Amino acid sequence: MTDPASTMNSPAVTTLGEPVARPQGLRSLAADWSSDQRAFKDVSWGKVMMWIFLLSDTFIFSCFLLSYMTVRMSTTEPWPNPSEVFALEIGGKPIPLILIAIMTFILISSSGTMAMAVNFGYRRDRAKTALLMLATAAFGASFVGMQAFEWTKLITEGVRPWGNPWGAYQFGSSFFMITGFHGTHVTIGVIFLLIMARKVWRGDFDTERRGFFTSRKGNYEIVEITGLYWHFVDLVWVFIFAFFYLW
Amino acid sequence: MAHAAAPAAVHGHSIKVYLIVWAWLFVLSTCSYLVDYFGLHGYLRWSLILLFMIVKAGLIVAIFMHMAWERLALIYAILVPPVAVLVFVGIMIFESNYTLFTRMQFFGLGS
Repeated sequence: MTDPASTMNSPAVTTLGEPVARPQGLRSLAADWSSDQRAFKDVSWGKVMMWIFLLSDTFIFSCFLLSYMTVRMSTTEPWPNPSEVFALEIGGKPIPLILIAIMTFILISSSGTMAMAVNFGYRRDRAKTALLMLATAAFGASFVGMQAFEWTKLITEGVRPWGNPWGAYQFGSSFFMITGFHGTHVTIGVIFLLIMARKVWRGDFDTERRGFFTSRKGNYEIVEITGLYWHFVDLVWVFIFAFFYLW
Repeated sequence: MAHAAAPAAVHGHSIKVYLIVWAWLFVLSTCSYLVDYFGLHGYLRWSLILLFMIVKAGLIVAIFMHMAWERLALIYAILVPPVAVLVFVGIMIFESNYTLFTRMQFFGLGS
């Protein structure tokens, strides 16, 4: 009998009794990267994959904001003043950016309820988790509603991707592109939240019910993963609010 | 990083920390709205907007998204690549200044 420790450290043996040679050259690159190694300890693959997806989404939104910066800096026409464009008449007097401010507060509130849902999820408090997720979805849906109102208002005032009454034509294309893409993300988030809230409410993660699509058992970590996506949507809005509406 | 090695502690921490962060996000958003409401201009406006934006983004990522309690391998993998965007910003500032220059020079616009 050989010492078990030395057996563990020596290369695996084939039935022919010869050690398996490691691949060389380009083949070694694929072999090493696909070998059974984990870079991210103490964190599930689901969470890591959501983070990596969010990183790629970061680049997408960065490119939108960068193209907005580029057209705004290079146009010779004056840029429409967002403070006036997005003002609303309340009580006969225009209040600058008020709708956008309300939308910001709504999205922040939805992030707060989401963070608490994650916390109750890990305590396996089924009812509170589901209700907080539903509250988050409701905030998100009202956000999308206000965005639809804002789009309608601007379109009736004559803003188009190819022009507007106040100045640089690129204003419209940047506005519809950036807020449209963000609104799509919020909408997908609301759908995602509703599906997961239903699973939590039904007790899927307590009874280890298998998913309809993957046939795998889920657990309460999916609440945190849903939360990551939702907080990211809020995070993107922080940047849009600063660069598009306030700048 | 007392929390780093204890994921159980992360998931068990109280609701209070979220409420505090939530309140701060409200305060910071109000501040950035007031920058516009009072019509501040120039470098003061831009630096305040950026300051409030960065603090809000930091709070969301660190606390709400639990990044503060993750291991460094994940933190670096996610937070370092976006730095490349800043390089892109630099490139595009050069590019748009040049575009503006050529438009003024050869089309006589804006003059």
